[in-house]
Amino acid sequence: MQIARVVGTVVATQKHEKFAGAKLLLVQPLTLEDAPRGSTLLAVDALGAGVHEKVLVVMEGRAAGEALGRKLAPVDAAVVGIIDTVDVIA
Amino acid sequence: MQLARVIGDVVATRKDENLTGLKLLVLQPIAADGTPTGRTLVAVDAAGAGVGETVFFVRGKEASFPWYPTEVPADAGIVGIVDRWDVEPPYAGSGPSRS
Repeated sequence: MQIARVVGTVVATQKHEKFAGAKLLLVQPLTLEDAPRGSTLLAVDALGAGVHEKVLVVMEGRAAGEALGRKLAPVDAAVVGIIDTVDVIA
Repeated sequence: MQLARVIGDVVATRKDENLTGLKLLVLQPIAADGTPTGRTLVAVDAAGAGVGETVFFVRGKEASFPWYPTEVPADAGIVGIVDRWDVEPPYAGSGPSRS
């Protein structure tokens, strides 16, 4: 899983049926120092995460489908946690 | 998933039989500010997309799930057409509406 920041939302009326009602968030993966790392990506959200929140994102299809609670959903990333704190002993 | 612009299509007469009837489109992934990012790729279309549209696509074997139980040999698939996207300040500007 990756630590990421929710930076935006996506609206798509015409989409695959397995996405019906699912919230789509734009998330920016972060380093442990909170710096952006790589491109923003889209993740489905079943937790109710909001913009600006730091979240835990799973980037694997089966796990993402399970997070969404739908089998055979064509998804590859999902928000699975809203992060309170990250502590790293350096 | 990732945002992308559909920049072309692919016609292949001779292909895997499980690709028969599927639309193959050329995608340019885009960043949250709408600029191209990364390499172009070819994706199967499960959303009824067309050239010029902004879409989002899934990578990996999940791209074939819309045709389950047919095992479509694809590693990328368009699963939605983007009406608009918004990036909140201070992260960046916002994306264009669907044209």
